[in-house]
Amino acid sequence: MSARDEILGRVRSALSGVSPAVDLPPAPRAPDRGDLVALFVERVEDYRAVVTRCSPDDLGSVVAEVLGSASSVVPPGLGLDVAGSVVDDGLAAADLDRIDAVVTRARVGIAETGTLVLDHAPDQGRRAISLVPDLHVCIVDAAQVVADVPDAIALLDPARPTTWISGPSATSDIELDRVEGVHGPRTLHVVLVG
Amino acid sequence: MRVALQVTCVNDAMFPDTGKAVVRLLRRLGVEVDFPQAQTCCGQPMVNTGYLDEAVPVVRAFVDAFAGYDAIVTPSGSCAGSARHQHSIVADRSGDPALVAAVAETGPRTYELSEFLVDVLGVTDVGAYFPHRVTYHPTCHSLRMLGVGDRPTRLLEAVRGIELVDLPNATECCGFGGTFALKNADTSVAMGADKARHVRDTGAEVLVAGDNSCLMHVGGMLSRQRAGVRVMHLAEVLATTEDTEGGSSGPAVGERAGDRA
Amino acid sequence: MSGTFVGMPAFPTAAREALADTQLRRNLAHATRTIRDKRAAVVAEVEDWEELRVAGAAVKEAALRDLATHLETLEASLVAAGATVHWARDAAEACAIVASVAHTHGVDEVVKVKSMATAEIGLNEALEAEGIAAWETDLAELIVQLGDDLPSHILVPAIHRNRAEVREIFRRRMGDVGRPAPDDLTDEPAMLAGAARAHLREKFLRAKVAVSGANFAVADTGTLVVVESEGNGRMCLTLPDVLVSVVGIEKVVATWSDLDPMLRLLPRSSTGERMNPYTSTWSGVTPGDGPQEVHVVLLDNGRTRALADDVGRQALRCIRCSACLNVCPVYERVGGHAYGSVYPGPIGAILNPLLNGVADEQTASLPYASSLCGACFEVCPVRIDIPSVLVDQRAAVVDSHRGDRVPKPEAVAMKAAAWTFSSAKRLARAERASGLAGRVLGRFSRTTLPGGRAAAGRLPGPAAGWTGARDLPAPPTESFREWWDRTDGGRDGSAR
Ligand code: SF4
Repeated sequence: MSARDEILGRVRSALSGVSPAVDLPPAPRAPDRGDLVALFVERVEDYRAVVTRCSPDDLGSVVAEVLGSASSVVPPGLGLDVAGSVVDDGLAAADLDRIDAVVTRARVGIAETGTLVLDHAPDQGRRAISLVPDLHVCIVDAAQVVADVPDAIALLDPARPTTWISGPSATSDIELDRVEGVHGPRTLHVVLVG
Repeated sequence: MRVALQVTCVNDAMFPDTGKAVVRLLRRLGVEVDFPQAQTCCGQPMVNTGYLDEAVPVVRAFVDAFAGYDAIVTPSGSCAGSARHQHSIVADRSGDPALVAAVAETGPRTYELSEFLVDVLGVTDVGAYFPHRVTYHPTCHSLRMLGVGDRPTRLLEAVRGIELVDLPNATECCGFGGTFALKNADTSVAMGADKARHVRDTGAEVLVAGDNSCLMHVGGMLSRQRAGVRVMHLAEVLATTEDTEGGSSGPAVGERAGDRA
Repeated sequence: MSGTFVGMPAFPTAAREALADTQLRRNLAHATRTIRDKRAAVVAEVEDWEELRVAGAAVKEAALRDLATHLETLEASLVAAGATVHWARDAAEACAIVASVAHTHGVDEVVKVKSMATAEIGLNEALEAEGIAAWETDLAELIVQLGDDLPSHILVPAIHRNRAEVREIFRRRMGDVGRPAPDDLTDEPAMLAGAARAHLREKFLRAKVAVSGANFAVADTGTLVVVESEGNGRMCLTLPDVLVSVVGIEKVVATWSDLDPMLRLLPRSSTGERMNPYTSTWSGVTPGDGPQEVHVVLLDNGRTRALADDVGRQALRCIRCSACLNVCPVYERVGGHAYGSVYPGPIGAILNPLLNGVADEQTASLPYASSLCGACFEVCPVRIDIPSVLVDQRAAVVDSHRGDRVPKPEAVAMKAAAWTFSSAKRLARAERASGLAGRVLGRFSRTTLPGGRAAAGRLPGPAAGWTGARDLPAPPTESFREWWDRTDGGRDGSAR
């Protein structure tokens, strides 16, 4: 018998006589927290990420200022001109490793947890580009901020890869003290528009 | 209301003063308890060591002794937890529908002392007097299996003369754990050593809890350390009044072995 | 991981040695306290935490109770999304599948995301035997691997190491397997993390094959989920051409929206954060983005054994958050190695016997490695009643010895106790004997308990286990039962 059939057979016999019916209570919702965007900013900053808020008109100059002299890569559909940056066309990991920064958009921001979710649409690019460079500048629109995790889940398409980002890369592996900056970008700069 | 005292096997054999204190306390509050002579043990030592078959006759003895009572009061969070949460496991194992039905009757009627006082009698001030510095350890089974919450401390706070001080890391297990204390003696002692240290840090004269087994463990360590802290069951503190309080080694506190020998 | 748990002594013996390791005691006390406080703070922030736990438990329980259906759905979704699905009955089969994928691509190394399933099956050792180096990329796993050590915690396998020890391991060993630690390496955690970043970066950039586990597998969409902090997971899941994920069959949840309670419960319970730094989800192959060859190995290895256990089945709800370890007073003092398994602590004490049975003495000692204090159940995000399962597994241990020709002394004692306790008459007789002992002890006792009661100090024989560290009150001369009889429950007017 194939491993597949044997395992499925074991599962069925383990559960013979066990009713599959389980009462599924809905997960509770967090109470209304008022100004979601303010909460989002507060919680993102809690992870020691940097947040800059600006108007749509100022976005280009704010991004340029955040980048300073850093070399950068952008996804093909960013929809913003970033002077001097390379547009990703399938760069090798080693090439990305020589670039200081990346500028992307996001799909959704979660206020309760201070999380950005990327679904890697053309304005966010391949997963690798927002991972290898050491500075991630992530542009999120105030209108993209939702209250909590269930709202984000409902908006996301599971067929796409998603990356949930809550602050810069971090570890608590030494004495369970949190330190920022391991393999992912050591600096996360969120530019909040609107 | 017919109320029975389940004194517990440990109290019966080792800490009779606790049982006497419960009788005295409840009598003062107008409740006459029966002591069904057929009672033995709740069966927890067997259940918690994995001897479920052996526990069957013990649980049977329990339900036989306490059938028909409206309330079964026990000065032990652990034994109340056993009756409420473990007897059904043993009864299921026995395959005897009569036993299953019987434990479904006795289980929900079994109350740990502080629950009985606060929930059934509706009192928190039991008229006790205890002019000592006291710290309280919430035993695990009373805290987590029964969920007695702040009932014991509400009762203690209402005691006149008492100086109740918080125990650091109070909710951490003392390390007794029944046969755990024997099977994993080293770990048990390591846990007890930390509990004893926290007790000493409070500067209390008396450590109070609702389970004498845990107190025997921590108290045994405090005694070995000559720490100058004695242990007392909650019932004994609550039973003490201006009339019976007799100082640090007075008669209401601890029976001297051999005093009636 | 180069060490092995094979041949570990039973828990009480291993615990005794661990308790004597002062550095270990200090490291663990510090680390568990830190994480407990963090968890408590972020859990307190969620008003309906209890309802969230109930919802999370239900999601997992529902998936388990109809597991065959969900596994078939998962397989179909994965295949539709371009993944190759393998099934492994046991550890050896799973390791062979991973090795054959690596061989197909002619590689002699793979990079790994921290995964309990691959630790459980001993994948690194199996790959090593096939000439393939498996590089652990999680910081704590790296510390364990470089130190030829064993993991001692589900989430932070190097929790038993402090910063000074980590520095020493990095300085001594990093150079042997790649980029050495910088000469000026200090024991600052940030600097140690920096050294790991530099050391592993070259491995990430050149790796062709990565191995991961998964925290969740969504049946209806074929989505796998990895929850992590450092970004090493993202590196492994994104950069190599080939990805093999070893997933226990109990990781299944039915639908994408079922991820909601889980992703709220896990980070708060685990690292004590509102959300972990990175969560990655992927469904098979995404053209032009990430690995273009994706394998998923669905692993049994004892899970169906646990599934058949009506009481123990709930242990398969476990999402490996490690909250139960962090609050466990036994774990805090003895650490993880004493459990002799990659699954230590309260969950290990039930999961190991459920997956493997209780035939060997070491596994059979695990259900007893608990005082049944219940702190684990209180924090478990999927409401696994660990104390009840512990008691049930103790019964499994006892039952497995019922046919022994020579019963254990404990079994004899328990039978005797049961015999005594099933009759009040017999109990009264035993109490009279104990009262006599009390009288004798009272007369000769040299120890007085605070408060005045006579006691025994150190006693020989079976009482030594107790009296080695604790005085034992002398039995009273009169049991409660005798007092009640003599005084009519105190109604005869006698003083007490
Ligand atoms: S048993 Fe519960 S608390 Fe322990 S690791 Fe699993 S999910 Fe977490």
